Amino acid sequence: MTTVRAVEMWTLDPLTTYVAEAGARLVLLMTPAGQVLAQSGFSKALDVMGASALGAAIMASTTELARLLGQPPFSALNHQGRQHGIFLSGFATDRGPLVALVVYDLDVSSLGLVQLFFEHLVADLRAASPKAGATKSVLAADFERELTESLNALFGR
Amino acid sequence: MSGSGGSAFGSALDLVTRVRGVRGAMLVARPDGLVVAEQLMEGIKGGAVAALAASVTVRLQRAMGTAGLGSCQFWHLQCDHGSLLAVTVGETMLVVAVTEPDVNVGLVRLELLRVAESTA
Repeated sequence: MTTVRAVEMWTLDPLTTYVAEAGARLVLLMTPAGQVLAQSGFSKALDVMGASALGAAIMASTTELARLLGQPPFSALNHQGRQHGIFLSGFATDRGPLVALVVYDLDVSSLGLVQLFFEHLVADLRAASPKAGATKSVLAADFERELTESLNALFGR
Repeated sequence: MSGSGGSAFGSALDLVTRVRGVRGAMLVARPDGLVVAEQLMEGIKGGAVAALAASVTVRLQRAMGTAGLGSCQFWHLQCDHGSLLAVTVGETMLVVAVTEPDVNVGLVRLELLRVAESTA
């Protein structure tokens, strides 16, 4: 069974349930800026940082593209290859807007399952999320320590 | 009964939904588990049924293959409050029917096979 690691513990139960139900191979839960709240399936910190940066960049690009078209931001994006699919979607919570990046094996799961259980994940996260004011601001002096703590939490060190 | 999808697919699904006791029928893209066309009664979550039916089919297919029985062509899940029946269309599609418990299963199966033939 894939282990889910979380920096913000309120995300742990919803994400654990989602990974099991949707059969997701990799999941990243992050802010639109790319700050990771929880991950499942990743084994290297470098992979998490790269995936979160790229995921956040894709969300920013598509949001801007939608703005240019005079449309509300795209709700979800799916890329499918021969063996894997990538599902990327943003959603609002009381903690603020979040982005989920899901990688699934086409042998194990499908876009339909990933989307179906994603609706449940969003509902569970909304129910569990703290209010926006509860998150503390990150000071420059604390940044490195908090980054190290986050990476330790994400990889169970 | 509300529907979506192309008119050709919609009229094909009519073959199934006109059978007494059928609460809905769907054409599902098998690899993705997404709805291609549907004619469903109120209250049936088409997207959820499609995703889960496709997932069941993939697993059954694997089980059949492992047991050396060839490919899965038809399955029928009977429950307290109704049944779910599905016929595969090649490797890409699935025709699914949601029914009442007392439906004529043989007739539904026949109509599902006719839809599968017409959409193959």
